[in-house]
Amino acid sequence: MNVSADPDSRNEGLNEKTLRVQGVREQRMLLSLALPALLAIVAIIVIPVGWLFYLSFVDGNGQFSLANYQKMIEYKSYARVFLTTFQVSILTTVICILFGYPLAYFLAMLPQRLAGIFMLAVLLPFWTSLLVRTYAWLVLLQRNGILNDFAISAGIWETPVKLVHNMTGTLIGMAHIMLPFLVLPLYGSMKKIERDMMHAAANLGASPVQSFWRVYFPLSLSGMVAGSLIVFVLCLGFYVTPAVLGGGRVVMVATQITAILENQYDWGAASALGVVLLVATLLVLFAATRLLKLDAALFGKH
Amino acid sequence: MSSQPEIQPPEASTALPIHIQGLTKRYGNLYALDSVDLDVKSGEFLTLLGPSGSGKTTLLMAIAGFNRPDAGSIRFGETEVITTPPHKRNVGMVFQSYALFPHMSVAENIAFPLKLRGVSATETAERVETALSTVQLDGLSDRGIEQLSGGQRQRVALARAFVFRPRILLMDEPLSALDKKLREQMQIELKHLHEQLGVTTVYVTHDQREALTMSDRIVVINDGKLVQIDTPHAIYNHPANAFVADFIGESTILPLTRDSSGKLLFADHLVESDLKTEPGSEWSLVIRPERLFVIKDATEVDPDQAIAFSGEIRDFVFQGETAFALMSLSNGHVLSFRFGTDSLSQNSLQPGDRITLGLKRHDLIIIPRGRAQ
Repeated sequence: MNVSADPDSRNEGLNEKTLRVQGVREQRMLLSLALPALLAIVAIIVIPVGWLFYLSFVDGNGQFSLANYQKMIEYKSYARVFLTTFQVSILTTVICILFGYPLAYFLAMLPQRLAGIFMLAVLLPFWTSLLVRTYAWLVLLQRNGILNDFAISAGIWETPVKLVHNMTGTLIGMAHIMLPFLVLPLYGSMKKIERDMMHAAANLGASPVQSFWRVYFPLSLSGMVAGSLIVFVLCLGFYVTPAVLGGGRVVMVATQITAILENQYDWGAASALGVVLLVATLLVLFAATRLLKLDAALFGKH
Repeated sequence: MSSQPEIQPPEASTALPIHIQGLTKRYGNLYALDSVDLDVKSGEFLTLLGPSGSGKTTLLMAIAGFNRPDAGSIRFGETEVITTPPHKRNVGMVFQSYALFPHMSVAENIAFPLKLRGVSATETAERVETALSTVQLDGLSDRGIEQLSGGQRQRVALARAFVFRPRILLMDEPLSALDKKLREQMQIELKHLHEQLGVTTVYVTHDQREALTMSDRIVVINDGKLVQIDTPHAIYNHPANAFVADFIGESTILPLTRDSSGKLLFADHLVESDLKTEPGSEWSLVIRPERLFVIKDATEVDPDQAIAFSGEIRDFVFQGETAFALMSLSNGHVLSFRFGTDSLSQNSLQPGDRITLGLKRHDLIIIPRGRAQ
């Protein structure tokens, strides 16, 4: 063994150079495996988004202009569109938590095999077409739909209730579609909570309710935050469901973009909307990761 | 958190005895606990020892209230607790996984049971400090659980289990995740802690050495039944049957024959002449490997004092503080024996050597012949 203090004075070890070359080659090989994915990202994300960005900053003559962004500030309707978008996204997330948390808890408490069957029930709609599911809700909720017919014949209400082509319908449809995105990460974090944790809480004198709020809930929080974030961000850019179930009364950013392109063929205005939505989404994600880091520091990894 | 009426305000720690009667727990057709009767004395350190699946953990969980037995009675002192939910049983428990709350600091973990009992903030802080110094973790109160080593976590789990002064302390293989050196150190510390707290302690382990080291009494449990309850000394020197002899310590179990006058023999050695046995019952001889000693000359042995076995060395293994060897007897049985490695003559043993081993008569252990040999 060479125990010299100065590394430069050491003789080159046996096969040292060959081993170093081999190491470098191995790293290059690994890098080349990631190359197709990198190219794909550049082609389908970086370039189109860059183009979008560019379009939003030029006017009809190809000159640099902030007109598209000025319009957004000037016209109240744009503000309303963003307000609606965030309103729908937040409400959908809240509904998903209210329905998803008990569902995930129920799944996590079941023995593995039963949980698999129930999980299938959660995932099955997830695998069917988005459009089919959205129109299915339309059939269920419309004026002469199954739900209204049933409620009237059962005497729950007398005249058909407006369940669709409004905020209610949009939220019902969105929450149904988003639910698996919340339940899956939540279920994962709940499964990681050891049975001993709850035993320990009870053993130390916590009633079932106290055990839940002081131990189980804080430990499941990371999954809930992750799931909520996915749902919220997906909702921000959602198109099909608000378009169909909102019936033109719930105008979200994505619907507005389509409207601008179909009616005015104004790429610049549409792009500007897209850019603002993208920036807003990134800001939300950034704030959330900051919060999550705080969360990790406070609660430790689990 | 306001104080809860159902949890008694903690007083000075006085131990409680545990009385268990007819405790039965079935899983399908399998009896995890088969009508278990057990009295744990006040303040004693009792170990439940058995192989995995023997029912020892099921018994501990039943005492803690985490499973619902099919039948039986568990009393803490005079109080029947068989239907009492776990959070009202007021027993401390150290879990195998420690089960420390990762979203709380060391101090918050230890304060958890005190908060639930409505102990004032100043008293809580004081008692957390005292508990931490009892387990020699002074100054770590603000650490997160993730920052602790395995041994430190073990100590926090321990502090959390006794800080609310329970009168019964349960431990489920608390040392199994530690490395050997730390484990042996913690065994001694736990024993001292038990003496200091004076609390009735039920300890579960599958490690026989751990059980022998720490316990006032050991309960050997197998297939949901209690096989033997005794002091470590008695369990080791007078195992009740082949299972105990085999499970605790090393042993060679040899079949004994009976001559016409009822004397028990092994080969042509008289082992026992006046054992009161039913005719037709069968018996075995248990030999502890470390009780055998090498004899230079077989004629030196006084047959009233010791028995001599002659044979050929088959295997010899050096294991550090001791060496271990197997010796074939002329009748085909194999004796294992163990001896210190300081003696030069014994170190020079080679496979194939012919030697004679002696065994003192008071080291003879006779057990009814059974299964599990």
